Amino acid sequence: MSEPLLQAVNLHCERDHRTLFRDLSFSILPATLTRVEGPNGSGKTTLLRVLAGLNDNADGQVLWHGEDRGASRESFLRNTLYIGHRPGIKAMLTPLENLQALTAGRGGCPDSALRQALAGTGLSGFEDIPCRRLSAGQQRRVALARLLVADEPLWILDEIFTAIDAQGVEALERLLVQRVAEGGSIILTTHHDLRVPGMERIRLGDSDHEEVSHGL
Amino acid sequence: MGSDLSAMKAVMLRDIKTSLRQPQDLLNPLLFFILVVMLFPLGVSPEVEFLQPAGGGILWVAALLSVLLSLDHLFRHDFDDGTLEQLMLQPQPLFLLVLAKSIAHWLLTGLPLVVLTPLLAVMVHLEGNSIGVLCLTLLIGTPVLSLIGAIGAALTLGLRSAGVLLSLMIIPLYIPVLIFGTGTVMAAAEGAAVAGQLALMGAFLALALTLAPFAAAAALRISLSNG
Amino acid sequence: MWQIFHKLGSPKWFYGIASRLMPWLLWVGVALFIAGVIWGLAFAPPERLQGNSYRIIYIHVPAAFLAQSVYVMMAVAAVVTLVWRMKLADVFVKSVAPIGALLTFLALFTGAVWGKPTWGTWWVWDARLTSMLILMLLYAGAIALGRAIQDEKSSARAVAVLVLVGVVNIPIIQYSVEWWNTLHQPSTFKLTEKPKMASEMWVPLLMAILGLYMLFGWLACLRMQTEVLVREGRTRWVKELIQQGGTR
Repeated sequence: MSEPLLQAVNLHCERDHRTLFRDLSFSILPATLTRVEGPNGSGKTTLLRVLAGLNDNADGQVLWHGEDRGASRESFLRNTLYIGHRPGIKAMLTPLENLQALTAGRGGCPDSALRQALAGTGLSGFEDIPCRRLSAGQQRRVALARLLVADEPLWILDEIFTAIDAQGVEALERLLVQRVAEGGSIILTTHHDLRVPGMERIRLGDSDHEEVSHGL
Repeated sequence: MGSDLSAMKAVMLRDIKTSLRQPQDLLNPLLFFILVVMLFPLGVSPEVEFLQPAGGGILWVAALLSVLLSLDHLFRHDFDDGTLEQLMLQPQPLFLLVLAKSIAHWLLTGLPLVVLTPLLAVMVHLEGNSIGVLCLTLLIGTPVLSLIGAIGAALTLGLRSAGVLLSLMIIPLYIPVLIFGTGTVMAAAEGAAVAGQLALMGAFLALALTLAPFAAAAALRISLSNG
Repeated sequence: MWQIFHKLGSPKWFYGIASRLMPWLLWVGVALFIAGVIWGLAFAPPERLQGNSYRIIYIHVPAAFLAQSVYVMMAVAAVVTLVWRMKLADVFVKSVAPIGALLTFLALFTGAVWGKPTWGTWWVWDARLTSMLILMLLYAGAIALGRAIQDEKSSARAVAVLVLVGVVNIPIIQYSVEWWNTLHQPSTFKLTEKPKMASEMWVPLLMAILGLYMLFGWLACLRMQTEVLVREGRTRWVKELIQQGGTR
């Protein structure tokens, strides 16, 4: 059994006096795909944001390689890729410029590789056109092109299949399976019916209106 | 360290590039600056006796309001399109990236205001020496406005009616810079030495450079936790 | 030590201790404040330069004094909020900010009333009064921000950051305002200049300050209790408390 990459210990998060999840503990092992499931409003996105380190309103602990994440924040950030609902694509910049900006803080990436990644997501010929002229699906593809050049061991992906056509979905699914086969870990949410062998599941939204006790 | 600097450079370049492609956003604070200055001769008096002594203060107040007006853009677009989330997840310390964004904001708003100042200063009948000192105080003072303003912009991110709230929170913090900015111009007009005041404004700038990005970074974490 | 700290942060524990403390704060505070003010207004000797008009300091000075120290207290609570995430610290900040704003208003109002006989006008851009006005705006900003953010935790931390930024700025603001004041009116009579006071004058002043502090403590406890009840409304101990139908 290999050492877990990321561990959640007793996560507890409430919003507007409603408990989204409590006593939530799980581990993300290397080379696994984990899907967070639950109805709308059950806190899937919140959980991913907590794991990514964007939301620090949750109680509990997140461990990175067995260490508290606060202590190993830089190593965590360097080795994690998060793509959210709003993927960080600037409408005024071209797809290539967007990718350059997004990878710059992570050691950069040569333009040739970025162009290749854009071609890989079906955007060849669009590299130098401002993103505001692209369709919603194409803009999502720009963000997803990052996955083709990403070497981070942990990917946190929130609803990445949104606005992607059938062909794209299939290609993306293949990419995820291949990634896991190569040893990468993925945790994601999706409403798409994902078929990946050996998929782990985290189920949210079963705790209904329980009494919230503030003991501190 | 080298990677921090190149990341900061990338952040600044991106902000400058996106702004240059939306020139209207750059122009608006400058037009607002001119408008506010224009209100004083129209609303109070066009006489030299009023405008000359008040000119430094008028231009300072107008510049302050223009910067305030532009602050909402500092993080708002990045927040809406998710760039801010990605910025927070970069391995570099967040306060450095916030500093880079504040510098870019100053280059895109504060600096153009300083460049425009001599023109407007002539229109309110300021004299040569005063104009020089006024530009110098604005050159030192407007970066402070951007840096402190970043805290307010970060705190009000994602809130409704953020604009008024931002002004309410930030204007009291702008008062020292305003006082010394206009005070220095007045002293210069009376022929007094101004090196001491300028040094003090420099100290404000140093303080804002070291402290404000930390506070703004903390504020960003809070605002994004909410999203 | 750590346990005491944690216990201090428990809303339930606070509620109980506050209930026991409040009568003392109220009655001793009222006694001290009223005694100080009556002594000051009616029995203390008139001041050499200003005659009887100076007597308003028995309200003005305690209000101004407390208004400033409330902000500092809020800053301390802000540190606790940010470092230890103690909910009660935020309850304190949210509960006392309006009191602080009210005290600055009281200080401004009495300052204006004092200004009329002293300067012959209701408002003078005196350094002390201007600083007070800015302080009132700082309070207003913190209150407005706290109300604008829905989420309790985010609101607590955001206000804490703002209050800390404010407390770093207050000395700079006051220094700037003093400098600005000398620039514009070098030789007027200032409220900040404290003439030597006879002990018959400052003893009642001290009593009024102490009394107002205790009254502030009482009001703060009362508001905090209310806030705790609202926030903890669905916990067991609050439900039991309500079923008992009493406040203690």
